[in-house]
Amino acid sequence: MSKGKSYAWKRELPMHLMLVPGLVLLLIFAYIPMTGIMIAFQQFNPVKGLFGHQRWVGLDNFHYIFSMPNIWRVVGNTLLIASLKIVCGMVVPIVFALLLNEVKNVLFKRVTQTVIYFPYFLSWIILSGIMIDILSPSGGLVNQFLGAFGIKGIYFLGENKWFPFTMIASDVWKNFGFNTVVYLAAITGIDPALYEAAAVDGASRWKQTWHVTLPGMRMIIVLLMVLSLGNIFDAGFDQIFNLYSPQVYQSGDIIDTMVYRMGLLQSQYSASTAVGLLKSGVSFVLITSSYYLAYRLFRYRLF
Amino acid sequence: MKMVNRSRNHWFSVVNTIILSLTCIICLIPFIHIVSLSFSDKAAVLGGLVKLWPVHFTWEPYSYVLERTAFWRSFGMTLERVVIGATINVLLVILLAYPLSKPNNKLRFRSVYVWIFFFTMLFNGGLIPNYILVKELHMLDTIWALVLPGAVSVFNIILMLNFFREVPHELEDAAFIDGAGHMRTLWQIYVPMSLPAIATITLFCIVGHWNAWFDGMIYMKGDHYPLQTYLQSIVIKFDFNTMSASEAQRLAKLNDRSVKAAQMIVAAIPILLVYPYLQKYFVAGIRLGSVKG
Repeated sequence: MSKGKSYAWKRELPMHLMLVPGLVLLLIFAYIPMTGIMIAFQQFNPVKGLFGHQRWVGLDNFHYIFSMPNIWRVVGNTLLIASLKIVCGMVVPIVFALLLNEVKNVLFKRVTQTVIYFPYFLSWIILSGIMIDILSPSGGLVNQFLGAFGIKGIYFLGENKWFPFTMIASDVWKNFGFNTVVYLAAITGIDPALYEAAAVDGASRWKQTWHVTLPGMRMIIVLLMVLSLGNIFDAGFDQIFNLYSPQVYQSGDIIDTMVYRMGLLQSQYSASTAVGLLKSGVSFVLITSSYYLAYRLFRYRLF
Repeated sequence: MKMVNRSRNHWFSVVNTIILSLTCIICLIPFIHIVSLSFSDKAAVLGGLVKLWPVHFTWEPYSYVLERTAFWRSFGMTLERVVIGATINVLLVILLAYPLSKPNNKLRFRSVYVWIFFFTMLFNGGLIPNYILVKELHMLDTIWALVLPGAVSVFNIILMLNFFREVPHELEDAAFIDGAGHMRTLWQIYVPMSLPAIATITLFCIVGHWNAWFDGMIYMKGDHYPLQTYLQSIVIKFDFNTMSASEAQRLAKLNDRSVKAAQMIVAAIPILLVYPYLQKYFVAGIRLGSVKG
């Protein structure tokens, strides 16, 4: 019996060894930074180091950040931009997946897909560079076009009333193609017999879409909706950081950009970590509940 | 009645084709415009004449970019991180996905391991602790700062372990009877049978490293910026510190917009080159991975 046990261990051992390099890297680069959240409760002095003797200040940093005049505006911007991105990022791809599904010409279908999801693979650096050029109020392509209709130059990236809208629209531009393909894959999985049955019952194409295709996609739509709950505080650092400027902080400054400026530009390590910790904490609750919900509703599990 | 239905369907097809074609055109226009700018001469760009076709065609912006040392230096840095980074990523994904793809009764403590990996998807230390850690490990301004912190991609592990689960059990049992251990089974049975999946993940890692810019900005000094960070500094921050005097002189004869456009295009070409492969594996990847449904 004990011999059998040690034999099983010996067989299994290589698998545990395979996990070692990855576990060590995670320990260093994920779990040590997690303990680094204690910086939020210290008056952190970088000279003494991460595990040095720092002065503990309790919740002082949190009192400080909630006394900042712009904190709630930044939280509001984050929630507004992120939630509108989530909504548009679902509706637009679903509509396009339904439209593409009706296309009978295979070549046209493939070309359309290829074109619409190309921006997904480009970095926000390149896309931002393109946007800064074409959205320029003086001589940018978009304003030249609008000028032809007598519309005066709009500064999409420099005016507070346009900035959030521009962020959401360009986020859709980058990502809708990818998500369209995800939903198309779900549509392809629908049993063709359902359409035949609907056709026999005299359902028009529109009715087939409403009564067969959409219910067939319902599961993936609800699942992605539930999972996107965890992203409600992610307004998109890569995009906003490369497109915003001080004149649109009022409508465009988000938690992540504020954490960056406070922490790495103004060296307020502790206050910046405190903001980051609050965000991670709330996100943790949201992500955990979204996975829990997805599991309860659909038996969805990652591992 | 049937006639009405058919003609209504016909109209729908026409309108649908128009909507989709227009969307494609709108998606393409920004790229066409940037390409046109990069091939147009200074007067045409300044005069606002360039729209969707180069005006007074010239190679000058490209020859200027290709002679810029800062551009090539950052290009080299990016190649280095892509090769080292993607290799480490993929090796780790294979090594980690294999044991984690086993059921709980085949691998002791599996659920503990799974939680260690899964928890990193739920919570992270945030920007400052990460930065201070890299600094205290003396990795600032070295390639390791770009490669090691993101070496373990839990998302890719999930993708890979779903592929490994498709490998028939009988093959593994046969290998064990022949005396092979887990290491040999992994490299001689699982890896060869999962090559399309490994190709997909490799491509994702390559694109990820190619497009990464933030780590380069916070961890590296100007001379060691990877390509996207370098682009960020000149296209978005208007930082011209990397420019030599002779380069500045040449730039005066060119239009800044054309030069920026040319650099963005050169940086996007590698993505264009792998795009057909990305596309090929992509749908298979999302079906098995993120949204199993």
